[in-house]
Amino acid sequence: MAEPALRAHAVVKRFGGVSALDGVSIAIDAGECVALVGESGSGKSTLLRAFLGLTPIDGGAVFVGGQDVTAVDPVRLRRGIGYVPQDGGLLPHWTVARNAALVPWLAGAATPEAAATAALDLVGMPLATFGARWPRELSGGQRQRVAFARALAARPAVLLLDEPFGALDAITRSDLQAMFATLRRQTGVTTLLVTHDLHEARRLADRVAVLCAGRVEQIATPAMLVSSPATPYVASLIARAGLAGGVA
Amino acid sequence: MIGGRSIRTPFIAGLVGLASLLAAWPAAAQEAARPPIVIGSKPFAESYLLAEVFAQLLESRGIAVTRKAGLGATEVAFPALVAGAIDVFPEYSGTGLLVILKAPRVGDRAAVFDRVSREMARRYDIRWLPPLGFENTYAMSVRTEMAERLGLRTLSDAARHGASLKAGFTADFIGLPDGLPGLRSTYGLAPAEVHALAPAVKYQAIAAGSVDLIDAYSTDGLLERYPLTVLEDDRHVFPPYDAAAMLRGVVARERPEVVATLTLLSGRIDVTRMRRWNARVEVEGVAVAAVAREALVDLGLVETGAAGATVATPRASLSLVADLWSRRAAIAAMSARHLWLTSVSMLAAIVFGVALGLALSRSRAAEGVTRAVGVLQTVPGIALLAFMLPFLGIGVWPSLVALFLYSLYPIVRGTVTGVRQADRQAVDAATALGMTPRQVLWFVRLPLAMPVLMAGIRTAAVTNVGTATLAAFVGGGGLGDPIVAGLALADTRMILSGAIPAALLAALVDVALAGVQRWLTPVPLR
Repeated sequence: MAEPALRAHAVVKRFGGVSALDGVSIAIDAGECVALVGESGSGKSTLLRAFLGLTPIDGGAVFVGGQDVTAVDPVRLRRGIGYVPQDGGLLPHWTVARNAALVPWLAGAATPEAAATAALDLVGMPLATFGARWPRELSGGQRQRVAFARALAARPAVLLLDEPFGALDAITRSDLQAMFATLRRQTGVTTLLVTHDLHEARRLADRVAVLCAGRVEQIATPAMLVSSPATPYVASLIARAGLAGGVA
Repeated sequence: MIGGRSIRTPFIAGLVGLASLLAAWPAAAQEAARPPIVIGSKPFAESYLLAEVFAQLLESRGIAVTRKAGLGATEVAFPALVAGAIDVFPEYSGTGLLVILKAPRVGDRAAVFDRVSREMARRYDIRWLPPLGFENTYAMSVRTEMAERLGLRTLSDAARHGASLKAGFTADFIGLPDGLPGLRSTYGLAPAEVHALAPAVKYQAIAAGSVDLIDAYSTDGLLERYPLTVLEDDRHVFPPYDAAAMLRGVVARERPEVVATLTLLSGRIDVTRMRRWNARVEVEGVAVAAVAREALVDLGLVETGAAGATVATPRASLSLVADLWSRRAAIAAMSARHLWLTSVSMLAAIVFGVALGLALSRSRAAEGVTRAVGVLQTVPGIALLAFMLPFLGIGVWPSLVALFLYSLYPIVRGTVTGVRQADRQAVDAATALGMTPRQVLWFVRLPLAMPVLMAGIRTAAVTNVGTATLAAFVGGGGLGDPIVAGLALADTRMILSGAIPAALLAALVDVALAGVQRWLTPVPLR
């Protein structure tokens, strides 16, 4: 059996006396999209940052492409991973073109501009039109599209998304979710999507992992999750999202 | 467009600039065999004048001299003498006794001089030449009209009316043991109000009636210009203040011709002469060098040459603009020196301050260290210079170090604040996408910090131009020279000839840095 693209094994992370992650294990296969769902403070962003080597863990291990994150150079690790935070995190003093070319440029690519051009086309922000703009000259949705282009420009094997649609209005969010679904079909990139929105998880993910207080409650396909919640917490989450009773 | 240069390597440019500026260090003329005798003075008219008399007399006998006029105060001038930064300056026996030796007053005029010259030779290897002949002691003065109305003749009389007197004293008189504290303890004189006044304004203040009692000096040229009555020190609280040349012992031994030449002045200058010469400078506005020349001719120590024959015209006959224009070469040279002091100290402060700020920005010690740097700014200039004197002497080095220290705080504060406030999401994303910490600093934090950082640098630079006038206190040159001398000589024009170019320089530096800021600040942040 092939090694999963992303794997967490019994991960423990404490902040002071509070356990943010309390023995989390999860495996994501190559090409798969897994949504990590939970409320604020459930530990989902902490796990995502552990995969990036941004948050040192107190127990267990995280693997990216079969390699223990603590055993590799974190800078090289991160350059191989695409990352999109909630607010985009574009560099405000760099143009759209330069932002999109960031990772290929860091990696020393021969033609970072070419990579940026391709990635910007993928997200519907052609370089000819938007390349010279500053981030502040874009709408929130456009900024998120550029953030996706930046994350994808170096053709990473893995994409880590931290509430990438969380700050957008409903219409823009729907547009960007559609864009993401399309580009995932085109690239087949392995994705870990952190979200608090069960609808979004159901729409975009192959499997959903529900996290509560640093523990995994259930990992299942969206259909399985809705039809047979493993714990009362998962059931209540589904009920609150209005997904109970097999609706749609 | 997608190049690697986000900051246009200002530090490299700064270092290169610093190196070239240091290479242009103004070198003192070095005569290996016979170094020039360095003559110092303190910043008041009589001290300038006596130092200039010393200088011209030595020059007339073929002895090379260097002038370091207007050194901060006794606390600067005396350590400079002991350290060998200057060779000779005019001093007073009473000051030597109270300020330098910190001894209680003893006996009469001769006894004090004897005690001071013996103690200084023993403790500091400093040689006092025989006194010049006059005393310059405190002449506590009231308006003659008031003296007659209240029947004031002595300080004891004044003490009886103390509760109704407003006093205007120079700052050091208020603190010196034989000053106000001495008046209080000996006479019980307790003025209703005590105002600290600059020497230049105290006569105007008493003439206008703003104050009733001032600490004039017995040789002040202005003393006879106003209707004032000097109160007798009937309980002898003031020690004798015999004027004399004070010389480094090693110079006295190795250059006997210097001692012989300066001793020509001993016993030759009485109080009337000195007061008249001071009046030429302070009241009539004649240049110090011209009055020194007149004095030496008057004493028959130099020939009545072409220069001596024509009585120097007071500058006051020219309009201010014409006066400044006539001295444009000197003003340009002082401005260049001023700009040089500011540039070198600022470059060093920027390189060090930004580096320190960057180092501190990720440290918990940032607040404490930044505050400590801020405390440096509260140290008065004279105190800082006096403290550094044993290590750095006088001249450009202590000036540069003082300016460097005074410029650090706004730069460190600006750097720490700017870097810490830099867009957290951008910094986080840049790290998560694989920038090294150094790349995050160079390509993200620093460019984003630039507006705040540059605000700190501009504040420091404009302040630096103003503060650089304190270089005059330690012979560092620059536009402080005419300001300090002008304040001492009550010469408004001389003050303006330093203050106006300094103000223009400050504005110019700010405009130039605004351009640099625009160039360094990323477009969307402008």
